[in-house]
Amino acid sequence: MSQTVTLTLDLKGLSCPLPIAKTAQAMRTVQSGELVEALATDPGSVPDFTAWCETTGNELVEHTADDGVFRFVIRKV
Amino acid sequence: MTTETISATEPSQQTAYDEMLTALRAELEAHERKSAKHRNLVIFAWSGDLDRVWPTFILATTAAAMGMQTTVFFTFWGLFPLVKNEVRITGENWMQKMMSMMNRGGTEHLGLSKMNFAGAGPAMMKKLADEHHVASPTELLEVARDLGVTLIPCQMTMDLLGLEADDLIDGLAEPAGAASALAEAQNAITLFI
Repeated sequence: MSQTVTLTLDLKGLSCPLPIAKTAQAMRTVQSGELVEALATDPGSVPDFTAWCETTGNELVEHTADDGVFRFVIRKV
Repeated sequence: MTTETISATEPSQQTAYDEMLTALRAELEAHERKSAKHRNLVIFAWSGDLDRVWPTFILATTAAAMGMQTTVFFTFWGLFPLVKNEVRITGENWMQKMMSMMNRGGTEHLGLSKMNFAGAGPAMMKKLADEHHVASPTELLEVARDLGVTLIPCQMTMDLLGLEADDLIDGLAEPAGAASALAEAQNAITLFI
C-alpha cells in the first residue's frame, strides 16, 4: 500500500537553484515522515535532488521521468 | 582485511570484530559531527558585479536549502547590491555621493564585469534569464533571507562609502568587521567571490 503524498510542488519551468530552494522552503510545512512530490523540468534537477536528499537526510522514495517532467517523491526525515 | 580472513575466524572472534567495527563507526560519525566543516559556508562577497553577485546568491540559497549554516559577508563593492533599489544617492560628502551616482546600488542596478556596454549587457542577460526562468538576484536574495542566510554588511565599508543602515535592505545582520566574518569562517567552507 502506498503512502499518500501530503504536498505537491509544481516547479516546472524553474531553473537552478529554485527547484531545490523552493523544495527546502516547502519541507518546513510538512511533518517528519510525510511525503512531498516535486515536479520539475530542469534536467539539472535530477542530480541535484539526489545530492540534496543525500546531504539533508531526506529520503528520495521515487524518481521518475515522463515526457520531460521529472517527478521526485521525498519523505521528510 | 579480506573476506577469507574474517570467515576463517572463530565465532567469538567474529563477534569481537563486529564490536570493534561498530565502535569505530560510532567514533567516525562522532568525529564527522564534531568537525562539521561541510555543514557551514561563509562567502566573502567582495564584488558588486552582476556576474559575481548572481552566483553568490545561488550558492548561498542552495547551501541554506541543503541545511548548511550559511553566512555572506558583504564588503567593498559587494555592499552596493544590499542598497535598496529605490535609493538613488548615498553618502554624506561629495566623493561618496559621486561614487553612488557612478555605481548605483541595489540588485536591480548591477553591471557585468565584462560586456557591460553601458548597461546593454546586463539588460540582455536579464532578458536571457527571464526566457530561461532563471531567478533574478532580487528574487534569490529574498529566498536567501527566508531560508535564514545570515547577511552581514561590513561596517568599515559602510563608513567608507557613507552607507547608512537605512540605505540597506531589511533583514540583514548587524554590521560587523573582518574579525566577525573570520570567526564565522573558523569551521566553515569559505569562498571569496
